[in-house]
Parts: sequence; structure tokens; C-alpha cells
Amino acid sequence: MKERFDVIVVGAGPAGLAAAYTTAKAGLKTIIFERGEFPGSKNMFGGVLFAHSLSEMFPDFWEEAPLERALVEERYWLLSEDSATTFSFKTKSFGQPPYNGFSVLRAKFDRWFAGKAVEAGALLVNETLVEKLIQKDGKTIGVQTGREDGDVYGDVVIVAEGVNSLLTKELGIHEEWRGNEVGVGVKELISLPKETIQERFNLEGNEGIAMRILGTTRGMTGGAFLYTNKASVSIGVACMVEDVSNECVCPNDLIDDLKNHPMVKPLIAGGSTKEYSAHMIPEAGFRSIPELVHDGLMIVGDAAMLTILITGEGANLAVTSGRLAGEAAVKAKENGDFSANGLSSYKEAMDESYVIKDLKQFKDFAGYFHSNRDILNLYPSLLNGIVKQVIATDGLPRSEKIERAKAMLKEKKSYWQLMKEAWHGWRSIR
Amino acid sequence: MKLEEKLFLDRYVVDEDNPHLKIKDPELCQKCEKKQCLYACPAGVYTWDGKQITVAYADCLECGTCRIVCREHDNIDWKYPRGGYGVSFKFG
Repeated sequence: MKERFDVIVVGAGPAGLAAAYTTAKAGLKTIIFERGEFPGSKNMFGGVLFAHSLSEMFPDFWEEAPLERALVEERYWLLSEDSATTFSFKTKSFGQPPYNGFSVLRAKFDRWFAGKAVEAGALLVNETLVEKLIQKDGKTIGVQTGREDGDVYGDVVIVAEGVNSLLTKELGIHEEWRGNEVGVGVKELISLPKETIQERFNLEGNEGIAMRILGTTRGMTGGAFLYTNKASVSIGVACMVEDVSNECVCPNDLIDDLKNHPMVKPLIAGGSTKEYSAHMIPEAGFRSIPELVHDGLMIVGDAAMLTILITGEGANLAVTSGRLAGEAAVKAKENGDFSANGLSSYKEAMDESYVIKDLKQFKDFAGYFHSNRDILNLYPSLLNGIVKQVIATDGLPRSEKIERAKAMLKEKKSYWQLMKEAWHGWRSIR
Repeated sequence: MKLEEKLFLDRYVVDEDNPHLKIKDPELCQKCEKKQCLYACPAGVYTWDGKQITVAYADCLECGTCRIVCREHDNIDWKYPRGGYGVSFKFG
């Protein structure tokens, strides 16, 4: 392959494909390298794609993209051993265009997205691992692939290699991630009949639910999720790698804990597991974002640590970052300048977008969550205990019950401590 | 459901005789107190037979967690499998 390209994209996930689609559509000669058998075959996430970032590129994409269910409910569960306290928001309007988010299976979705990039003129090369970024005088000028004579040159390389970020680490753009910068997520895809899902989760037609669950991670920083697909559910757990490492717990045991929890078990009863997958998640947010633009190089998506823990966003940030990098490449081509300076409109556009604004907003949240072990160790069970005390009708006068509930709280935390923690929590997100 | 049964559900294209995960210095593992790789790997790729670590690279889900838990010792040579090899998700 002695051909030259304007744009070389490493990785056919949402970030890389959004970039490739954007540059190919503008007429730039674009090549995408994907190491899997097909785009999506290596890709896994919890399961929610928020619609806005994609509809900016493809209005009405829901009419053609392989999506599972339109999410009309976000339900939060705080679990103790045998109880659940629930917070939920449900609206029928999220089941209508322009929608809010969809449950998605990546092996189908990414393949569709890649098709759009190819339609726009990008060349997709599957089963090809990019092993190295080729440098000359401090500038990235191409990629070395695992194929024979596999060096390919181009004006700009857009790295969308995902959270492992081996290529940019090798260049010294960032260090190896630390255990408190990344989480490990495991997921099972459990098939269930469509009608069963609709009955169990109180859904109609193509409506779906996203459940986020706290209290099943043995006190480790993390959470669980359950998302409904058409005829299956995606159920899983994610925990900070540092915690898994310190506690010597296998993530697979956490998913088994979750599946066996008395509140969760009936939801998946009768289902059969079809796939088990694992993936790391960038969790440190704003503080870990590497320099996004270099001479002949831009970094997008998970490779740039773009996820927001508190809101469960990732794929939408990937799509937006990819699109903005693509637009910057188009501009650089017009000006004939692919230096860091020539590509700097990517960083500027990111700073102006919700991506960096939100990441900045929540920059202290992961740290707060991680440093305050009581949030997961104590509060879910304490809350359930107090609610139970107040709700149980057992012949005790209510005034006495409220006093008992207060005592349960005070036994664990003084009001002063509670106020302090709430204040710090609030500060971490504002 | 046992972990082995879960892994059995996944599709793998195994690159025979060409492991993408290697222990750089087996001696170093002897000195490693916690051996976190034995626990933290979601696919149970790493096992300890009392003398050394065995790496069942064919079961790898390519998440990278082992590399992070071994960050201090930096003793896992972690690469992606060659293009087209390794785990291949049907759902993802």
C-alpha cells in the first residue's frame, strides 16, 4: 500500500466513524483501519446511545439505524441486601422523535455507522491492526499496520483506538492509565421474549428503560446497570480498577452478585445468557484528557478519556469529538496546514461544545465518589433501613417511628457530617 | 453459571502459537505479593500453579485491566491480537 491519504482513522467505533464520515463527505481521501472482523466486533459498552450527537449528522437516523429500544424511563435503584429504594423519571415524549436515547448493540450499530462512512467515500480496511504511528521530525506522518508492506501515509491521523490508548501512550502523549483513572465493566446479554420484557418493565411497543443501580459492588467505587433491548437485556457492573485490584475481586463475581440479588433476579428469570463481554471505561474525566491536537495527529473518543460518569455519557461524546476532529481536518486541508496549529480548530470547537463544558463541570465528581466510601458502603443500606422503619406499619406510633429513624441515622452520621458530605457532593458537580 | 460457561458463549478466532499477552519476567511474579492479575481479569486468563503464572490468552476479552493492575511492575507485555484474531462480539 503505497497510496497516500488525506486522513487516516485508527478504529471504527463511534468516534472514528464520525470523523471518517465527516472528512469523506467533504471529499477528503479517507481510510479507516479496524482490527476486528468488522466494525463493532471488538466494541462493547453498557448500552445507551444518546440521540443528539448522531442526529446532528444524520437527522432521522432512527428510521434506518439498527437501534434496540427508545429509552423512556431512567430508573435509579439504591439497593441493600433485600430492599430497593427507587427514583425514576419516565416520559412518553422520549419515545417520540427527536428521542432522548436508545439502547444499542454495538456489533450491529457500529457496522451500520461504518456503512455510512463508506457510502460517503471512506475506504474501510477490516482485520488490520495499527501497530505504530509513524513519526518524522516530531510529526505524525502515517501508520504502521500489521500487514505486509503495511505502512500507510497521510496528512493527518485521527486516533480513535479506544480506552487502551496504546499508540498515544507509546508516543509519550500520556502515561499508562492509573487504576483510579479507569474502570472495568463486564456485561451479559440475556435474551428474553419481547412480550416478557414489556410486561416486566411496564413498556409499550418499542419503549425501553435504563436502570442504574447502586449498592451491589461490595462497597467498591462503581455501579451496575440494566438496559432493555428488543428481545434481550444488557446487564452489567462497572468498578474502578484500583478497587477491584485492592480488593482482589473478579468483576465476573460482581455480575453474579447482581444477577442473584433478590430485586434483580425476577427481572431476568427465564432468560438465557448469549454473550459475556468486558471493557475498560475512562473514568477520571477532565483531569486525564490528553492534549487533543498534535502535529499531524488528533485524538478522539475513549482514547481521549471522554466519558462522564455521573450521566452515563460516552458514545455521544465520542461521536461529537469525532465529528469536530473531522471538521478540523477539512479546514486544515483547505489551508494546507496539518500542524498542531493548523488542526487547532478541533480543540477550540471541543472547548466550545457541551463535551468539554460538561467534563469540566463534573471534573471533581469521580474523585468525590471515590474518596467518600460511605456513598456506596453505607448510604444504600442506611437509606433502605430508614425508609423501611418509616413505612412499616407495625402498631408503633408514628412519632416514635420517626424518632427511631432519626436514631438510625445519627448512629452512623452526625447531622454535621451529613451536611458536610452533601456540601462536598454538591460542590463536586457545580 | 460458571465463568468458563460464559466464555464458551463468546466467539473467538484464536491466533494459535502467537500469544498477544506475555509475562515479561516470570521471576518478578514470584515476588509479587498480591498477584492482582489472578483476580482482576474478567475472563480469568491468569492462573497461578504455585510456581508461575499461566496465561490463557485465548480467553482474553481484550479489556486491558490486567495491564493496569500490573502497572507498578509493568510485567505484562500487552498487545492487541493480530488483525482479525481474538474475541469477536455478536452483540457487543
